[in-house]
Amino acid sequence: MFSEKNYLPFIWGGLLLFSTILMVFGNNTKWLLVFPETLQIPIADYLDAIMLVFVNLFRWLFRFISFVLDWPMRGVQELLSWLPWFTFASLATFIAWQGGGRNTAILTLILLLYIVIVGYWYEGINSLSLVVICIPLAVIIGFVLGVLGYRSPKANAFLQVMLDFMQTIPAFAYLIPILLLFGFGPVVGLIASVIFAAPPMVRNTILGLSRVPPEVRESGTMSGCTPRQRFWWVEVPTAFPQMLVGVNQTTMAALSMVIVAAIIGGFEDIGWEVLGRLRKAQFGQSVLAGMVIVCLAIILDRITLAYAKRQLPTESHSGFRLKQFLMWFVGIALVTYILSLIIDPLRIWPEYLEFYPADGMNELVRIIITNYGEFLEGVKNNMQYFILLPVKLGFTRSIYPITWGFELTPTIIGLYWTIIIAGSILAFVKKNWKLGVAIPFLAGLLYFGITGISWVVYLTVLPLFAYSIGGIRVAIFVTGSLLFLMVAGIWVPALISIYLCSVAVAICLILGGLIGMWASTSDRVSAIVRPINDTLQTLPQFVLLIPAVMFFRIGEFTALMAIVAYAIVPMIRYTEQGLRNVSPTAVEAGITSGCTPSQIFWQIKLKLALPQILVGVNQTTLFGLNMLVIAALVGTTGLGQQIYLALSKVDAGAGIVAGIGMALIAMSADRMMQAYIKATKK
Amino acid sequence: MPPADNIKLSCEGLWKVYGDNPGQHFTGEFGSFDVGRTFQQLRDDGYIVACGDVKIDIPAGSIFIIMGLSGSGKSTVLRCLSRLVEPTFGKVILDGLDLLDQGPKEMIEIRRHKMGMVFQNFGLLPHLDVLKNVAFPLKAQGISKNERLGRAKEMIDLVGLEGRETSYPHQLSGGQQQRVGIARSLAAEPEVWFLDEPFSALDPLIRTQMQDEFLRLQTQLHKTIVFVTHDFLEALRLADHICIMKDGQVVQIGTPSEIVLAPANDYVEKFTGEVPLWKIIEAHSIMDPPDGKVGDRPSVKPEALLEEVMQLFEGDTEEVEIVNDAGECCGVLTPVSIIRALYRDEK
Repeated sequence: MFSEKNYLPFIWGGLLLFSTILMVFGNNTKWLLVFPETLQIPIADYLDAIMLVFVNLFRWLFRFISFVLDWPMRGVQELLSWLPWFTFASLATFIAWQGGGRNTAILTLILLLYIVIVGYWYEGINSLSLVVICIPLAVIIGFVLGVLGYRSPKANAFLQVMLDFMQTIPAFAYLIPILLLFGFGPVVGLIASVIFAAPPMVRNTILGLSRVPPEVRESGTMSGCTPRQRFWWVEVPTAFPQMLVGVNQTTMAALSMVIVAAIIGGFEDIGWEVLGRLRKAQFGQSVLAGMVIVCLAIILDRITLAYAKRQLPTESHSGFRLKQFLMWFVGIALVTYILSLIIDPLRIWPEYLEFYPADGMNELVRIIITNYGEFLEGVKNNMQYFILLPVKLGFTRSIYPITWGFELTPTIIGLYWTIIIAGSILAFVKKNWKLGVAIPFLAGLLYFGITGISWVVYLTVLPLFAYSIGGIRVAIFVTGSLLFLMVAGIWVPALISIYLCSVAVAICLILGGLIGMWASTSDRVSAIVRPINDTLQTLPQFVLLIPAVMFFRIGEFTALMAIVAYAIVPMIRYTEQGLRNVSPTAVEAGITSGCTPSQIFWQIKLKLALPQILVGVNQTTLFGLNMLVIAALVGTTGLGQQIYLALSKVDAGAGIVAGIGMALIAMSADRMMQAYIKATKK
Repeated sequence: MPPADNIKLSCEGLWKVYGDNPGQHFTGEFGSFDVGRTFQQLRDDGYIVACGDVKIDIPAGSIFIIMGLSGSGKSTVLRCLSRLVEPTFGKVILDGLDLLDQGPKEMIEIRRHKMGMVFQNFGLLPHLDVLKNVAFPLKAQGISKNERLGRAKEMIDLVGLEGRETSYPHQLSGGQQQRVGIARSLAAEPEVWFLDEPFSALDPLIRTQMQDEFLRLQTQLHKTIVFVTHDFLEALRLADHICIMKDGQVVQIGTPSEIVLAPANDYVEKFTGEVPLWKIIEAHSIMDPPDGKVGDRPSVKPEALLEEVMQLFEGDTEEVEIVNDAGECCGVLTPVSIIRALYRDEK
């Protein structure tokens, strides 16, 4: 577990003492509570200045790129929205059938019909055409960079750092410089989507190429291939399945970003429709529009996944050969087009045939709220009073008679600390110094709240903690990140982000862990949970905001729910997988040595599954931080909101600083978790 | 050793050293440095010597087997001979031409026309069917589609895979996949045939069957073969010459019966312990000199295996005559001399 160095307990003990003194006596010293402004550096302003120079120098170039990209984008958009829906749906169904067989085809058709019937065809197609033009760009850029990374170790080292950042910096943050460079317009959404969607392609290209078995490569050489022949005829085809996995991930990322990019301006796409309706609190409409996004996501996911799985012809399902495929494609296009000329509703779905039950749904929501509003409100208030506020502000600032029913009198405070100190001493007596140190630290955290603790404490405790689990490199990284957050003047919002995310992660751990455990013991539960998880993970994060806002209105709790809904998935998955993967031999060994069922579960299964469950915890943390920014749309303060504000003011510096801040928090958490996972595996 | 004029492929002073800039240790004239000292020095400096000072001569049309345990450097030597691995130092001579002097383009030409290789894990291209896999080397040469598919078909028939032309590698068993690998390596009609543990990934039963087929193919094709294996029995069974390697160095080179009868050291002798010697040792190698007697004795050829000789002792026969092609008696064998040869360990 922790690296066993014999001086560590003393350092921790000293730190405990130091923190206590600081918190007790430094209570009124302002510079201890708030990071002094004199030590801050206006990084955001510097960035703005650099950005200004850069933009002025290169604006013409980027505007030119924007201009060049505008044409094909408009072209695709015009073409797709000009196509009769019947033609488009038929062709999409045909493609789905060729890739995944009958079931995929039927699913695709039904989902497309939903979009048609509900009357969001135009908006849906507008978003889809952005995705369609984004995919080839992202795939080609990703492929080229991937090949570069595979060929040159230097390029690879650089790429890995870039990918780390691109995956952890919230997309909103780099929307701002893109806006500055490319100007407003749909092209910005496209470029942001390409940047956001290319990394999975890069990763999978590198992975695929480096996994080509050396013998296959050698067989190419010995067959007399020139280096170029070997690359295109041997290495690329062998890596192709992995690259198709990359295409799937790229597609989903592109869709997610296209939807989110609607924030910077409406271009009659479906993301804008959802956002607009949501802002007007028109829940029925936003759900109907949100479902369109869900449909698009599922269609794109299933089709690309089907092609990724089916790269090699087998006897069971081979699909047409290319020539035959193209003939059918053109044939279907012509026939359906002619049909749509004859039968008008096949071209444009008439309004009188639309089924748009928004009013009914609004009524339903209203009924639910009037009937269960009290209950929902109760849940929300209890969470807020008994969990969110104490964690954020601490017992000192959250316990009041109206909420907790009693006042925090000196007697109660005394009692609280007496129990804590007794517990800590007991742990020390039992020779468990880690617990002995952890108890007072956690008690202090709850007492003062995450936002009520001096930055000096964070700056000493967190690096030491990082050092204890991950060694000097992790400690340096964490220290650097903390210093950045403090010096850049975003320490307070960062703390709020950390607080919200840690509560969300805690809920995910408990809830997700329990669901995962349950699913691991029952195949039926597993069969129900799995498709829900799949769907939650395929959906653009944005969609998850709709139900949360519907029931809990705008606010911190709503954001929390949305984060939990998104971040719980890996926890459930990895817990179930981890427990199911425990080798039966280990369980049998337990049974034969006379363990009770509960002993088998706690001492054998859970222990063996722990490394995998911890991977789930790590993923959940990263997902949570990721969702935090999107959740800022429905009311959180913290870094997410900073980015969002910067976006609305097109303030590149502030946005980038907050974005990097988020990235550093995510990367620090990731590094510490990784180190811990590595330690448990030993 | 076979006569030198018959040599198709050879290497001399061949080194492959992994580590930081190993070339600096090989600045001297060819063959001018002390092998033992260089070895020691390189290893002390933290270099990994995959193979060192390897000298091998491979006669045309023969099966030359490099045998060694994992880490012995046998695969490295094979890959240096085809220049899949760039040797650190040394000479690799094919048909009088030093391969290490050839540029990339020349090497491609040489591989296209003179070399074929079979891999342990087959190294087939997963996205091509059997026919196209076999035709692949011809495609690289730019041969027209009809011609290359026709020749691939012939190769597929040769290895007994007719009917599986349109299957993909993942649909085939291991033995079938290796047949594809063999067919592909022969498609361009190479002169030198490299086989890197070709049967090691197969079941024992299939392995024996494939060994038989391999010998059958060789009687038809007469390739110059370099074959790598870790299986001593396989080496004895297939080889004309065996080269035993340990820790990157050649321990012994010889024919199977030379190796079995006169192991160069304890290391080689250990391998021979489990070997059914009567299936390896030829009569002439352990015979006693002719005793001058004339009489009614059974006779065998000098190359006859002891297995065959031993069957003749049934009944009253006490001696067997060894008679060469010219009809002259060149030696005799008695049960005692055979027992001595077989049980030399227990001396």
